[in-house]
Amino acid sequence: MSGIALEFPDETPLVQAAQRLRERGVRAIEAYTPYPVEALDALLPLPRNLLPALVFATGMLGLAGGFLLQWYGAAISYPMNIGGRPPASWPAFIPIAFEIAVLCAVTMGFVGFFALAGLPKPYQPIHALPGFERATQDRFFLVVDVADPHFDSADIDRLSKEITSCRVVAWPS
Amino acid sequence: MTGMGPAVTWWRSLAEQAGDPAYLAQLTSEFPAASASGVPVDRRRMLQLMAASAALTGLSGCGPSQAPEDIVPRVEPLSGEIAGAARYVATAVVQEGYATGAILQHRMGRPVKLEGNPDHPASLGAADATMQAAILDLYDPERSAAVLSAGRVTDWNKLALALASQRQQWLKDGGAGLRILSGRVTSPTLLAQMTALLKQYPAARWHSWEPSSRDNVTAGAMLAFGTPVDTLPQFDKADIVLAIESDAVSSAPGHLAFARAFGVRRRAAETGTGAMSRVYAIEATPTLIGAVADHRFVLRPTEIDLALRSIAAATGAGPAAWRGGEQPAWVGAVARDLVEHRGAALVHAGPEQTPANHALVHAINAALGAPGKTLRYIAPVAVDAGAGIADLVADMSAGKVETLIVLEGNPVYDAPADLGFADALARVALSVQFATHADETARRVTFHVPALHLFETWSDARAFDGTASILQPQIRPLVPGHSASEMLALLLGTPDVTALSLVQDYWRARAAGNFDTEWAGWLRKGIVTNTDADDADVAVRTDFASALPKPQMPGSGLTVLLRADPFLRSGAQANNGWLQELPRPLTRLTWDNAALIAPATAQRLAIADDDVVEIAAGKGVVRLPAMLLPGQAENCLTLSLGYGRTAIGGVGADIGSDVNPLRMSAALWQADDATLRATGDRLVLATTQHHQDMAGRDIVRTGSLDEFLSEHQPSPAAAHERPSLYPQYADTGNAWGMAISLNSCIGCGACTAACQAENNIPVVGREEVMRGRWMHWIRVDRYWGGDAAAPGILFQPVPCMHCEDAPCEVVCPVGATNHDSDGLNVMVYNRCVGTRFCSNNCPYKVRRFNFFGYSGRDKRPSISWNPDVTVRGRGVMEKCTYCIQRIREAKIASDRDDRSIADGEIKTACQQACPTEAIVFGDLNDPKSAVRRRKATPLDYSLLEELNTRPRTTYAARLTNRNPAIVEG
Amino acid sequence: MASIDQAPIMQPGQDLAAIDRTVGDAVLHPGQPLWWWAGFTVAVALTLGFVLAVEYLFVAGIGIWGIDIPVAWGFAIANYVWWIGIASGGTIISALFYLTQSQWRSAVNRIAESMTLFAAAAAGIMPILHLGRPGFFYWLFPIPNTMGLWPQFKSPLLWDFFAILAYVISSILFWFLGLLPDLAMVRDRATTRRTQLFYGILAMGWTGSHTQWRLHKTAYGLLAALMAPLVVSVHSIVGLDFSGGLLPGWHSTQFSPFFVFGAVLSGFAMVLLIVVPLRRLYRLEAFITERHIDLLITFLLLCSLLLAYSYLIDALLPFYGSDHFERATALHRFTGAWAWSFWGAVTLNVLVPQMLWLRSLRGNAWLVCLIAFGVVVGMWLERIMLVTSSLYEDFLPSAWGHFAGTFWDWLTLFGSAGMAAAGFFLFLRYLPIVAIFELKEILPPSTHRSGRGA
Repeated sequence: MSGIALEFPDETPLVQAAQRLRERGVRAIEAYTPYPVEALDALLPLPRNLLPALVFATGMLGLAGGFLLQWYGAAISYPMNIGGRPPASWPAFIPIAFEIAVLCAVTMGFVGFFALAGLPKPYQPIHALPGFERATQDRFFLVVDVADPHFDSADIDRLSKEITSCRVVAWPS
Repeated sequence: MTGMGPAVTWWRSLAEQAGDPAYLAQLTSEFPAASASGVPVDRRRMLQLMAASAALTGLSGCGPSQAPEDIVPRVEPLSGEIAGAARYVATAVVQEGYATGAILQHRMGRPVKLEGNPDHPASLGAADATMQAAILDLYDPERSAAVLSAGRVTDWNKLALALASQRQQWLKDGGAGLRILSGRVTSPTLLAQMTALLKQYPAARWHSWEPSSRDNVTAGAMLAFGTPVDTLPQFDKADIVLAIESDAVSSAPGHLAFARAFGVRRRAAETGTGAMSRVYAIEATPTLIGAVADHRFVLRPTEIDLALRSIAAATGAGPAAWRGGEQPAWVGAVARDLVEHRGAALVHAGPEQTPANHALVHAINAALGAPGKTLRYIAPVAVDAGAGIADLVADMSAGKVETLIVLEGNPVYDAPADLGFADALARVALSVQFATHADETARRVTFHVPALHLFETWSDARAFDGTASILQPQIRPLVPGHSASEMLALLLGTPDVTALSLVQDYWRARAAGNFDTEWAGWLRKGIVTNTDADDADVAVRTDFASALPKPQMPGSGLTVLLRADPFLRSGAQANNGWLQELPRPLTRLTWDNAALIAPATAQRLAIADDDVVEIAAGKGVVRLPAMLLPGQAENCLTLSLGYGRTAIGGVGADIGSDVNPLRMSAALWQADDATLRATGDRLVLATTQHHQDMAGRDIVRTGSLDEFLSEHQPSPAAAHERPSLYPQYADTGNAWGMAISLNSCIGCGACTAACQAENNIPVVGREEVMRGRWMHWIRVDRYWGGDAAAPGILFQPVPCMHCEDAPCEVVCPVGATNHDSDGLNVMVYNRCVGTRFCSNNCPYKVRRFNFFGYSGRDKRPSISWNPDVTVRGRGVMEKCTYCIQRIREAKIASDRDDRSIADGEIKTACQQACPTEAIVFGDLNDPKSAVRRRKATPLDYSLLEELNTRPRTTYAARLTNRNPAIVEG
Repeated sequence: MASIDQAPIMQPGQDLAAIDRTVGDAVLHPGQPLWWWAGFTVAVALTLGFVLAVEYLFVAGIGIWGIDIPVAWGFAIANYVWWIGIASGGTIISALFYLTQSQWRSAVNRIAESMTLFAAAAAGIMPILHLGRPGFFYWLFPIPNTMGLWPQFKSPLLWDFFAILAYVISSILFWFLGLLPDLAMVRDRATTRRTQLFYGILAMGWTGSHTQWRLHKTAYGLLAALMAPLVVSVHSIVGLDFSGGLLPGWHSTQFSPFFVFGAVLSGFAMVLLIVVPLRRLYRLEAFITERHIDLLITFLLLCSLLLAYSYLIDALLPFYGSDHFERATALHRFTGAWAWSFWGAVTLNVLVPQMLWLRSLRGNAWLVCLIAFGVVVGMWLERIMLVTSSLYEDFLPSAWGHFAGTFWDWLTLFGSAGMAAAGFFLFLRYLPIVAIFELKEILPPSTHRSGRGA
């Protein structure tokens, strides 16, 4: 994408700017901040987050799979008289089933995060933006896509006058 | 030729044996090619020759080549070997001169396991630890393998020459300078040779020295009857037994047979097959029979003398004057009980008792009408050599002895200290010793001749009751040794006769019918039929009482009791790892002998366990660690013979302390007025049991016979079935189980030895035993009860319980231990990863772990292992399997014949060896099986029943048949 | 109490750049302080000792240890339980307190998690070393062997194997997920090509976009929500390793919670032991304040009391019941050959820490460290006590035995400590030891502008 990047020294003006653009109906906005800014959740709506559902599903699969694995191994595939206990003594299968469930869920959470976030991807175009390296440190960036139908460079000028601390960078410059 | 020179010198140093013509002869006969190739030999041929002979040095199993002789297998006629199938060959083990029938299990032509011979009167199928260990002696890699002269390898021909020149001399002077020293001899063939020898050289003399002497027994018989006799107690007929430090069930000739009868009467009430016997024991140091006695009275030797006189008086066997007012009340009670059971009472005394006591015992038995009822007298089985070692040493010191032949003996080590045998030996011009190991004596004689093991040659011997057995070789000699009869043949100037011909010649004359068929029959059965001795008709001399020496009054000093070690006896088998590591029945001690001392005495002398003490008596001084032994008489120290060997091999050398310095020819078993002082050193003894009482727990159940007979408990079945959350696995086929009678068990340890032999259990050594890592699959626990002065002593053999709900199985993460279809708790070595949780979770702690590669460290040659049992590697758990290899063998056989396994067809090794039949194994699904019958007794109980592990191995509680008239003791 | 509880969890006068400078740049500095080198050298030396001990173990067999029959378990198991317990502290702090939205955790969770990682590693090795045939440990994986035989799923040891596996893997993932944004920050501050590449690869292209942040928050929350029950389950299962057996002193229903309490106690103690000196050495007083120390101590006290309760139950129940084996074992613990380990544990885990009720003593860093160290030692004593005292005198007196550690036992213990320490020192050197983005998040916005450089 190509657009205008607004650099802020602080999260408050960033949020303001984002608000304004939203009021103008601009949708294609992305924010880059050193830490998660909760206020943006409302302003920069994202598609529904699948991760929790995925993790839950995997966990359940792990639980069932872990249980079946033990039941099959102990009762069907190679039943043995172990200390006079019944081959399919299900209470004994709970701990392992649980551990497998958690392991699956955790792994899914980890892998799922990277998948959905499109990582790993060591180089991202946005890194070319001058001064962007401070986005992970102490600067707050708002990037507006010029392709957005409601985009209007006049708004950007107005914004930069209102929020004095704002620095406007064309991107790619 | 070049390279030849160095090659040759190097070759000599490679194996000095090569210098031995006999050896080279053997070599050439093995490799005609080699002999054909005379010098000059080319390098190539030389190398071949070297390789071949080097191979032979290691592989002397081929032994000296001799004409193959047929031996007759016990069951099937000689036929082609069936791979993997066992073959059983009868022979006998000779212990201190007496034969005990044995059957050797052969695998692919090599003996791997020794079992008792059911047809032999001295075995009845049982085998004690010592005889079972003989198989390990056979394979001992440290056996003497060459004729030695002053410790250096020489050759048989040199000896032959030396003796040949002597013979000329003897033929002239009748062999005046010739002396032969042997152990106790019962071999008819050897005796015949000896007689011939003495006929040929009238002036020669034959002396005998047996370290575990029975001279007191003979002397006692002389005192009582004026003629020597052997006494054979009949425990099956005795309601009342009085044992005076008796060895009847532990080590006396025929002890296995006696123990069998003894055990039957001890469990009679348990199995409802008659009346239980009552046993009194009077002793200064605990014996096996004393341990299981109903009343055990601990007295010092002098007190025993008095008590015995008192009993003699009370039973009418001696003058009333002997009664002695100050005797404790029980003496009278015992005497009364004996008299009341006239004709069903028996008194037996051990060989360490004074001749006077033996005479008294004979008199009391006579007064009780025992002869012919509860005991038999027979003419002595062992031959009287006519002279003892004392005379010999006297002659040696006097310079009268030019040639001394020592047949199977080690007098330098075990002769009485006061004789100074070693010094006297130095004055003998030509001394020849014939023994299996290059021992202490071998170092001081002119010639040491390697003896063949009794499983490598032909011989014969008599059992305690006179029954003769032919000893067949079980394997071609593993070392180039010689047999005793060959030795004598050499002296007789008939060097070419073979052992076989000698034995056959002797018996050919005695065959009733066709010799060859009879010979075959004798060999097959293991005994020569109708050779047992008849009763000797003897009567107590009327004047015997007056002939008795005055009894000594109890002295104040310490008394040292010298006793043969339960397993090593007087030390000949000291290089045997099995025996060294087998816990002594009462002390649970391994790899050491100790000064056994009564707790009270120890307290008085401020001695604690493991304190090294110095004991001096007469001129002798010994140092060894002390061990507190409850039930030991006060001021009495018991020391075991057989330890402190200096020259025998890597296993036995320098183990324990030699106590022979305290042994005087006048009193072989006792040294009075000894002094003891603590040296300040400590030597921690390697015992296998660290806690000695039951800590108030319900482990060995006991009860009185009266209680048991009065109130009959409900059926055991009800008592055993406890509620369980788990479904019952029905063992549709066989359900193997075991019953152990604590009434019959005498704690002898034969079961442990049998298990070790059968199941390839490695020896771990002293250090590992001290770290609690011994490997025995069945142990015999020993608990003390009551006061330490005269405690109750309980034995309990503990193999794997094979629990139905086995705790060990549940905790194994890899399923390496689980139940098989017969309900056995099996251990899968291959699968074991060694978490050891199973051992932790076994309440009986019967699982043993290979912390190191013990089997690999074990010095025994690989051919000696039992091929039917896996040799376990490092890092795996192991335990009792109920001898599953035997179960499988029987199962396969029964499947092949399409029949079910008969009851008693399978005997576990422990059951088979047990002299008292305390252990019974069988199928619990078979309602008529012996094990079911045993378990039917109300006395049957499971160990740690409250844990509800539902063991397959159960015990019959121990009953005591006490005399109500006696409170103490 | 009041004063310190209202005290801020971060000292005033901090801003984004300041945080980056203090924490972030420590990683990029080429040199390391003397104390680091000293500690690292000792740790590496001990690690080599560990390698030696393991080498010899594999060559000679576990006979080199003091274990025997009946005491077939010894140091290896005690070490394992001890290490896994210590590990738990980190997980509790970062996972549980994340869920409870306790902001104070942000300053210490990275240190705690990293400690967890290396402790868990040390723990994970022990059960393998402890095997008689370590080469075959993989037979515990749920894969049928050539005979179609499976592992034995009813065995607590197998449960334990799965628990460790899940715990170690999850800990690593959780730890790395939390680390990601800070790695990106270090990448962006890095000046040399090598560091840029190194951290650039680790950062996997993190930009801090709103999309990433939201996913990250969700993922981190989910993992935290999974880690909390996981760590509890792991210790419950470790407890079952013992209570699954029928031995007196092991076969107890309270073992699972008992082990969790002990684990968390040792975890907090270890975190204190690390945090107290580190905040001084790295000048982190501003972020890891008195308040943090105070909170950690409070939790230490809580766990100490919970553990005291378990000890009490363990000591008293046998005497309510009628099982004489249980009683005998309880008495052995009080008076037997290993009584010192029991009383040592009671003293160091329960009695001594109570001193910290006194506010004045809490301020004393040296004392706090000493007590925390005492707890760490005390917890090892508890583990070895639990293992041996039930084994060396159990049911049949005839089978009673003794146990004493050998040189190799001790070398394995200290060696494993060295190994964990070495790993932690490397973490200090190469990774941001405080969760920077979390600190930034809790900075009051107003303060961002101040000290705005460049």
